[in-house]
Amino acid sequence: MPPVLEVRNLTKRFPGITATDAVNFTLEAGEIHAFLGENGAGKSTLMNMLYGLYRPDEGQILLNGQVVHINGANDAIKRGLGMVHQHFMLVPTLTVTENIILGNEVVNGLLIDIASAQQRIRSLAQTFGLDIPVDALIHDLPVGVQQRVEIIKALYRGADILILDEPTAVLTPQEADDLFVVIKRLKAQGKSIIFISHKLREVLALADRISVLRRGKLVGDTTPALADEAKLASMMVGRDVVLHIEKSPATPGEVVLDITHLQVADERGNIAVSDVSLQIHRGEIVGIAGVQGNGQTELVAAVTGLIQPLNGTIYVAGTEITWQGTNRAIAAGMGHIPEDRQQHGLVLSYSIADNMVLSTYDITPFAKGLIINEAAIAQQATTLVQRFDVRTGSIDALASTLSGGNQQKVVVARELARPLNLLVAAQPTRGLDVGSIEFIHKSIVAERDNGTGVLLVSAELDEILALADRILVMYRGQIIAEVAGASADRNQIGLLMAGITPTGGEA
Amino acid sequence: MSTTPPTPPANGWRTGGGILVVPVLAIFTALVIGAIIIIATGADVLAAYGGLFMGAIGTPRAIAYTLVEATPYIFGGLAVLIGFRAGLFNIGVEGQIAVGSMCAVVVGAFVHLPPGIHAVVAFFAGALGGALWGAIPGWLRARTGAHEVITTIMFNYIAIRSTDYLIKVPFLDKASSSQRTPFIAEGAHIPFLFGPDYRLHAGFLIAIVAAVATAWFLKRTIIGFEIRTAGANPDAAHYAGMNVPRTIILTMALSGLMAGMAGASQVLGLEHNLKASFSAGYGFDSIAIALLAASNPIGVIPAAMFWGALRNGAGLMQLNSGISINLINIVQALVIAFVAADQIVRQIYRIRSARSAGITLSRGWGR
Repeated sequence: MPPVLEVRNLTKRFPGITATDAVNFTLEAGEIHAFLGENGAGKSTLMNMLYGLYRPDEGQILLNGQVVHINGANDAIKRGLGMVHQHFMLVPTLTVTENIILGNEVVNGLLIDIASAQQRIRSLAQTFGLDIPVDALIHDLPVGVQQRVEIIKALYRGADILILDEPTAVLTPQEADDLFVVIKRLKAQGKSIIFISHKLREVLALADRISVLRRGKLVGDTTPALADEAKLASMMVGRDVVLHIEKSPATPGEVVLDITHLQVADERGNIAVSDVSLQIHRGEIVGIAGVQGNGQTELVAAVTGLIQPLNGTIYVAGTEITWQGTNRAIAAGMGHIPEDRQQHGLVLSYSIADNMVLSTYDITPFAKGLIINEAAIAQQATTLVQRFDVRTGSIDALASTLSGGNQQKVVVARELARPLNLLVAAQPTRGLDVGSIEFIHKSIVAERDNGTGVLLVSAELDEILALADRILVMYRGQIIAEVAGASADRNQIGLLMAGITPTGGEA
Repeated sequence: MSTTPPTPPANGWRTGGGILVVPVLAIFTALVIGAIIIIATGADVLAAYGGLFMGAIGTPRAIAYTLVEATPYIFGGLAVLIGFRAGLFNIGVEGQIAVGSMCAVVVGAFVHLPPGIHAVVAFFAGALGGALWGAIPGWLRARTGAHEVITTIMFNYIAIRSTDYLIKVPFLDKASSSQRTPFIAEGAHIPFLFGPDYRLHAGFLIAIVAAVATAWFLKRTIIGFEIRTAGANPDAAHYAGMNVPRTIILTMALSGLMAGMAGASQVLGLEHNLKASFSAGYGFDSIAIALLAASNPIGVIPAAMFWGALRNGAGLMQLNSGISINLINIVQALVIAFVAADQIVRQIYRIRSARSAGITLSRGWGR
């Protein structure tokens, strides 16, 4: 029997780069095939060709032994391919059933036959063990359940091959475990699955086969039995990678960030941070763990002066900065690696050099009185580009021309270039490749060892575990637990992130 | 996941090109379409465009008149451009010119100062009046989020009607039969460069200096850096500790300052009084100048000269060929359409978009 899906010499070129270079692979019936790769390795391009969004320049796609030309997503769906995107394609104000049948409605005269659609959905849900409330509105459902709706939607349209694009990025560890159960059941029922991820642990736990992409080329084809995390990481990056940051125990000094009874509203005016008090000392990294959307963004925005809190006080190194704005926070010795580097961290239409002095442009030596000193700025940029290994041809190149990893290095370089009392690092490695992550982690630890206090907020539990000396778990706008970094247990923190405290029940 | 790759190049497209390419091709295309219109009306294209050319730059006097026409456009173009750089769309240049003219003429005609000093004081009074009038919508934007496009349009009505009233009632020259203010004092005149026959006054030189100063200011001072950052990414400006509301107010004041200078230079250098219903639409054409100059302060100078040349040459064109001077309005409109919608020009001449990020002309409501 031919494989369900076979790809032969698939090549796609964009101006200046070969996004996928003669990629070959097969997908057997009932197989979970994982694709690993850094950003820009070609995973998205490959999947977009399978899903008919890009046309390959060379090579063939075979479904069940037949060469096919896939013309767009609708054609892909007709041929039994289903894709669950990282960002869900659901209409929040419609019900589960409506979302699933959207564009594929069963009609009875002029009316949509909801009843028979629901019957089909229920039987699919039962077959694959996907528990979903068919009449609930999407925006009332947790993210994990929304993802199940996406999977059912693909199955409802007859998908035999499911492409899951970074499916665990938005899930708690427990939700991820539930998803793995579902994926295994799909496999048991004969569905074939392509699983895209950059999380080595998950891939090893789940996949039958692992393909590693690097710079558009398939550089490895292995199985979990033959590989381990270190081996996969070095395949992805092309060199040995330090997965676990070497760091000495923290030597906390005086208090450098003192927050009491902080209350912050989100953009819509809802209370996002309800009552947070915390202290950070010099020379320690305090990690805030939590599923995205539990108030971490607002906490960081308030601490750094981007938004005004409703209540509470914030002191940095003894100076009160509550309600004083970003300028006072910077003056008090705060560095801020923002959550969204393109929204806050960079001016994309500026050169690297100008971005390197974005918050120090008005002080000596970068300004003499009111006049900008371009020579001093150029010198600073040249030094930082070297020290932080920003890969660019010129300090005059626009920030928009850099890759995500190099953009983030510019932000990190700028923030660490001045003497700091406190560093606030929000999702400092989101969307970055293994090599850049390693570099940024080392920089943060080095800054700690310099005596700076670090507030680290990350949705990646692995990042918190790797870096934090103390871990605070945030849930629904509150700090519900504190765990010492050294003794932290993944499962325990995972439960806390879901709001389940050891004393019993939901927090 | 990787970002979306750039679109692949279509065959035969040229890449990049200097910043001059689009404006020059826009002007060329507009003149070609103008020629087609002339032919369609049965007139002689050569006579029409020959007349336009001779009228604009055919004689020393024509050149001088063109530069006179260009002067308020240089100031006005700079006013609009400064706003653009901060992401603000100042449509209120017309009103700021009116306030600037009024302030200059009041000081020029009713205050007694030594000659020379009188001109300087009157000029700065006009500039300051424009700055204050521009700062108010800036303040409203910074404090309340009221969009400057709406408020500056409203402030135009207030400025134009108020100055009209001031000219007709309190400052009316009762000795004159026409509705105008008295003439300004001799000592408040901005001097003519080549005598009154050529009409070219020193306001033109001030405009050139203003353009160079604006370029330097935006590029080399920390306030210019703040203005550009607020325009390119206001969130990043806030993040970096810049006071974005203050920058907005300051930008609108500087924009109004340039507009006020436009008014002052017209009144003190050329008109020497202010007539009722004097509005000449300089403020609105200034938006066109800033677009044509691609928001480059030095580029404002040739853009304004081109605009002045079209206006100045139109008369001789009509005389020579019988083509209405309104054709010039069509050509001007086409130039702006092609510059604003530069993709049309790029499509016609197959030039790929430049890599540099565009300038945000305006943003939505709120802060």
